[in-house]
Amino acid sequence: MAKEKTTEQKKPKPINTESKTAYTLHLMKMNQACYWMMLPFFLLFTIFTVVPVVMSLPLGLTSFNLVQFPRYIGLQNFYSLFVNDDVFLIAIKNTLIFAVFTGPFSYVLSFLLAWLINEMNPFLKVFFTFVFYAPSMTPSAFVIWQLVFSGDSYGYLNSVLLDLGIINSAKQWLTDVTYMMVVVIIVQLWMSMGAGFLALRAGFQGIDTALYEAGAIEGIQNRFQELFTITIPAMGPSLLFAAVLAISGAFTVGSVGQALCGLPSTGYAVHTIMNHANDYGSIRYEMGYASAICFVLFAVMLICNQVIRSVLSKYTD
Amino acid sequence: MAEITKEMIPESLEAANAKALKKLKKRQKKRGDIEKARVKKSKGKHINGSLGGDIAIFILLCLLGIFMVFPLYYSIVQSLKPISELFVFPPKLYVQQPTGENFSNLFKVAGNLWVPFSRYVFNSVFITIAITIMHVFVVCCCAYVLAKCPKIPGYRFANQLIVTSMLFTSTATWIMQFVIMAKMGMINTYWAMILPNVATSMGLYLMRQNMSTINDAIIDAARVDGAGAFRTCWQVVIPNQKPAIATLIIFVFQGAWNVQGGALVYKESLKTLPTIMSQIAASGIARQGIIYASAVVLMIPPLVIFLIAQSNVMETMANSGMKD
Repeated sequence: MAKEKTTEQKKPKPINTESKTAYTLHLMKMNQACYWMMLPFFLLFTIFTVVPVVMSLPLGLTSFNLVQFPRYIGLQNFYSLFVNDDVFLIAIKNTLIFAVFTGPFSYVLSFLLAWLINEMNPFLKVFFTFVFYAPSMTPSAFVIWQLVFSGDSYGYLNSVLLDLGIINSAKQWLTDVTYMMVVVIIVQLWMSMGAGFLALRAGFQGIDTALYEAGAIEGIQNRFQELFTITIPAMGPSLLFAAVLAISGAFTVGSVGQALCGLPSTGYAVHTIMNHANDYGSIRYEMGYASAICFVLFAVMLICNQVIRSVLSKYTD
Repeated sequence: MAEITKEMIPESLEAANAKALKKLKKRQKKRGDIEKARVKKSKGKHINGSLGGDIAIFILLCLLGIFMVFPLYYSIVQSLKPISELFVFPPKLYVQQPTGENFSNLFKVAGNLWVPFSRYVFNSVFITIAITIMHVFVVCCCAYVLAKCPKIPGYRFANQLIVTSMLFTSTATWIMQFVIMAKMGMINTYWAMILPNVATSMGLYLMRQNMSTINDAIIDAARVDGAGAFRTCWQVVIPNQKPAIATLIIFVFQGAWNVQGGALVYKESLKTLPTIMSQIAASGIARQGIIYASAVVLMIPPLVIFLIAQSNVMETMANSGMKD
């Protein structure tokens, strides 16, 4: 930030400094090329993302069943969400539990793995990156976990535990309320080596190796010292990117629980806000209500993101 | 000529000499350290690590890796099993008599489709390549501005918009998306599958964050040499961003390869490979082997791209040549 300020001061004052708007216009004219470069992206982004999102925000205030025209009902959706809908309160509780357990853990885990892989030689780097990214590339990744946690005595986990004599009878991992949460959290963590992990790998590779040489001369003794004094400060932007992905990943948990335990799951034990929105959006076709749910989720994530950004910006930059 | 003896040199000069000698030795030692570090690096070793640590890390990663690669292994094993082994319960984790039967069956079914199979392959390849190229171009241009032109009006707003949009998830947005595309007459064309996937905020944010680590001095140097924003971006910044570009390509290719027309495309000859594969697999338990075979076939292109992109990433030269 300090650098930017000094360059700004050095720059000769523009000719037209009469008013703020004139100055802004002057700056825009000076940097015309920048706007042309941004244009293609923001044109498409506006048409296919911004406009639909802005148009669907008012849907939260309506009753809309996809067949009839949306009917305005004011804040009734939000009122019934928090007052009448018991399941939504369970969903909020579950989502927060998932977010607390999977978000930070998957973030730290993908950072640690990306770092450990970075210590390897080039061939092993590619190999291990591939290995850890593999679940994100395999479409049938859930199937294997269904076999492992299968409820009868033929399920892999059950049969192993029975053979070892740890349990006496087969456990219903996917339908017993006491285990479901833990099982889904484990699978969620296992699935979490996705985009954030790859981005962190790229971040590690972007670090100037001269920094490490300088560190060696200055007397860095081991990897950990190097990690905290050189690596982390040097890859702040990638850490921020992975954090945003981790937040959005942690709060939109739902597909794993749905695939393993079904929708709705037994006793709504792993029912999340995302599941709730899908339930109303694609099963009951109550789009107004589903939009209201999504809006609440969005608000929660936005707050969380602001908090984490302010914390991270203290350590990076 | 009298020899210069120690006594002839004044006290202060001697002290200064000793100081200079000390300094020289220190510098030599430093240079030796650099050489040592260089040698260590050229041997492929990490500078600030030990061999024991390397081995420990390797073992740890191997153990974790077995867990991670398991579903991939399982899909491949299942696709190679003959029908007699597929339904053994509990499922075996290895195959006794590997066979290519499932794959040949898959292509036999695919050969009997109403629309020739090659058409689906073409659709998928065309859409994937179009999305990938357009995405990388559009995103790199925009990311450069968002990372390196903080002076332009609207800079903060644009950045905020991108981060915010990454957090937005909505189950109702697709309705409005459909309405807009219908208004633009894009339903049932290739555009409906390509354009919405070109401008996605995740790729942009990834590139933006990585580009912001590039030293401003390089960009200033390019500007002084007379390069405009576009040239600076493509000739100076992008060549320094190989790891990020490789990652971007992996993401976008994987996403684009799995694009299904859904409600946007109903003409059979415009549908993509994943759509038709899931249709073939939808026949249920009778085609159990084919389901796994189709999953394996669909997995191959993203896998190849992943390996190519990852293995071409060298350590970057970003900020090289900068002496501050």
